[in-house]
Order: sequence, then C-alpha cells, then structure tokens
Amino acid sequence: MNRQLASALTMAACMVFGFAHAQKTSVQSIEEYRAMLQDGNPAELFEAKGEDLWKQQRGPKKTSLERCDLGKGPGVFKGVFLELPRYFADTNRVQDMESRLLTCMEVLQGFNAAEIAKTPFGKGEQNTITALATWLAGESKDGKFNLPQQHPQEKAFYEVGKRLFFQRAGPHDFSCASCHGQDNTRIRLQDLPNLTKNPGDGIGFAAWPAYRVSNGQMWGMQQRLNDCYRQQRFPYPGFGSDATIALGTYLGVNSKGAASIAPAIKR
Amino acid sequence: MKFQSKALLLASVSAVFVVGCASLPGSADLDKLTADIVKASFRDEGIVKVAVLDTDETNRVCSAADVAGKPLDSATAKAIEAANLKSIKWPSDGKFLGDWKEGEKLAQSGRGLTWTDDAKTPNGANCYNCHQLDKKEISFGTIGPSLYNYGKLRGVTDPGSPEAKAMLEYTWGKVWNSKAYNACSNMPRAGHMGILNEGQIRHIVALLLDPQSPVNQ
Repeated sequence: MNRQLASALTMAACMVFGFAHAQKTSVQSIEEYRAMLQDGNPAELFEAKGEDLWKQQRGPKKTSLERCDLGKGPGVFKGVFLELPRYFADTNRVQDMESRLLTCMEVLQGFNAAEIAKTPFGKGEQNTITALATWLAGESKDGKFNLPQQHPQEKAFYEVGKRLFFQRAGPHDFSCASCHGQDNTRIRLQDLPNLTKNPGDGIGFAAWPAYRVSNGQMWGMQQRLNDCYRQQRFPYPGFGSDATIALGTYLGVNSKGAASIAPAIKR
Repeated sequence: MKFQSKALLLASVSAVFVVGCASLPGSADLDKLTADIVKASFRDEGIVKVAVLDTDETNRVCSAADVAGKPLDSATAKAIEAANLKSIKWPSDGKFLGDWKEGEKLAQSGRGLTWTDDAKTPNGANCYNCHQLDKKEISFGTIGPSLYNYGKLRGVTDPGSPEAKAMLEYTWGKVWNSKAYNACSNMPRAGHMGILNEGQIRHIVALLLDPQSPVNQ
C-alpha cells in the first residue's frame, strides 16, 4: 500500500513536470488544416446549442438544468470539465461529464435515463448530452486537468481504469495499450499519443469532445472510447458504463496538468 | 445495463471499500472489481459477443505484467511461448508460399471482426497498420518493425531451397501465432485466433519471402 502510494505520488510528480511534445512532421499538414479550421470550428454550433439546452425548460418536469451539480455545486459550470470523472455522493458512484448530465436530466427534468443510455450516438437525447458536454468543455477551455483522487472510489476507479487499459482480449489480443502504450508510434499515418502518462496539452483526453471533419460529427468522450473499443474488436461498452468511466478516470488523472483544448477539431 | 446487475455492482464496489476502509483496496480486490465492472459494462453487438473477453492464459498473464509495469520473468515467458508454439498448425500440404499479390491485398486491409462488420466481411491482415512493407506504400504504421526487404535481409533468394526452410517455418509460425516467439508481443495471432486461414497465411508468407514480392525489391 505504501509503495503503491509512493509510486502514485512519483507518477503525479512526473505528470506535473510532464512533457509537451513538439508536433511531428507526419501530421503537419493535418495540423495546418486544423489550424485553418480553428477559426471556424463547427463545434461552436454545438456549444451554442448546449448553452441553450442548459437553460431551456425541458422534459416531463419542464425544468432547466441550471441546478445541475456537476461537482462544484448546483449550477456551477465553469471549471467542472477539468475535474471529471469524480465521485458524487447522491448517486454513490464515480461519474464522467456525460453520465452526470444524464443523471441531471433524469432527476431534474424527469427524462428516462435508461432509455437515453440505450439510444445510439447521434440520435434523440444523445445529441442533447453531446451538445451540453461540448458547451461545458468550452467553459473550461485552456484550463488544466486536475481530477480529484481523494475519495476511495475515485482511487479505485483509477486502478480499475488502468487494468482496463492493459486488458488484452478479443480475436486480435488488443488492449488500449497496443496502440497507446508507447511514445512516437503511428497506425498508418495517424500519430498515436502515449496515454500511460500525460501526453501533453490538448492531446488525448484533453482534446474531447471534438468535431470530426472526416464524418462531420461532434463526438464526446463516451463516443471516442466507444469507437476505440469497436476498433479493438471488443464488445459494446454501455453508455456511461463503469468501464468507460474508470477508463476515463485513468486517462484524466494521467493528464493532470495538461491544458484542455476541448472542444477540439479532428481530422 | 440491467438495473439488477447495476445494483449488484454497486454492492460489490461498496463491499470492496468496507473491507478496505478508507484506504485503497488490495490488488486482488481491484482485479475482482475490474472483472465485475467488465461483466456489467459490455454487451453483445452485431457479430461481436462478450465471450471474446474470456481470453486465454497468455493474455491474462501479459495484461497483469503490463499493469504491474514489469516484464514477465523468463521462465513464465518461455512457458507461454512453448504453449503457443505447440498450437501452431503447419501447412497441411507442406507448402508455405502462396501468391504475394494476394498477400499485398490482405496486408492493406484492416477490416473484419468489429461490431460494424458483418460475418461476410473478409478479414484483413492489418499488416500496414503497424509495419512498413512495400516501399511504395508510404502510409504505414510504426508499432511493429519495418518489414521492407524482410526476405532479402534474411538471405532468402530461393524459398524452395533447403537453406530457406528454417526462415519459411519461422515466418509461418510468427504470422500464425506471434506469441510463440515473443510471449507478450503486440502482434495478433492471425492463424491461432482464426483471423486468417491457411491459404491467406501462405499469401502473407509469400509477400514477405518471395524474391519477386515488392517487399524484397
């Protein structure tokens, strides 16, 4: 236990003094393309929609989300993005941005959370959650990640997330680490961040939600992890399931000190 | 996730903390909690069933070593490699080499076995995702080593010759079951896990070892 704690502290220290990688030549053109698009990231449309949805009286209870507690008290939306996933006493579980928004939609507005969790990405109320998460990310833009790790469940979720990250399975024996466990590797021409440590400002965890130019879709972290698992040839992780939240906790804690650029724009 | 399984999971999360009080639970408890969370979080989708998570000893041991951040001790690594070597199916007709042109097509494809593929989607071999092969293909990954000039660098000028036999066998074995030679290799076990069949592996071996293959130009 003491050794574990010591190594965790060392890790945290390493992360604080972490690395800020220079951009690599293989993606230079993509980076330029992104820079060009930054002036008009379509994510802004989702941010505007999200802000509107936060204030709108919606759902069976015709209530707004303005009393939603995202970790810093009811109604506080600045900076909450940088401290999620975290433990919530009312639900007695660790929640990420999207699963917490779903809780608020259920409790405050009377929506059926199970139904929404089952709804495919890009459909119905899933679009509401994506827009809200995009707006909330924007309200913390350029801030540095600092996930709480005081509550035992937060610590346990980090450890579970680490185990999920290294879980080799499926027909290809892939784990998250197969692609994201080393420095300076790529799949085809796509650079892969090493997510076992702080990968740098605006990289990995610090870049989602993001607008994807290739398919014209706005993706939250839940969808990003979902599609990683798809490519990993794993079965389908439930929306807001503990596996996705634990994995998010591992990535988020590893990104301590990294500046968020979300909502970002991706190829 | 069913409500019942969610409630059970919550109970198991809580149980871990009652035992551990305010401190972090032990490693075995965390392994158990992870297994419970996996069980409650994933579901079947399309052609992908949750059963694919019930993996074998090789993956279990290698995942644990990754979590611990320590490589396997050499005895464990050797045992895993021996078990995987034993599982290799050698070509039924003794022929190792197929058509490198077919091999190149397979190497280019990364398709198959995701939940958005159907059972009829032909599986790709995924080679270019991680390796350089034909020098003309500039879109290649770097997770695995470059395989450009693979056969040439290993002195294979006539794959039919007795001198080439050992390299033919090694290459076949590596593609069939990479873990036979490196216990925790990142490389999939294409033959062993049924990603590619015998005929397709012949094509991949030809792509790597045929002197006419662009890999060896």
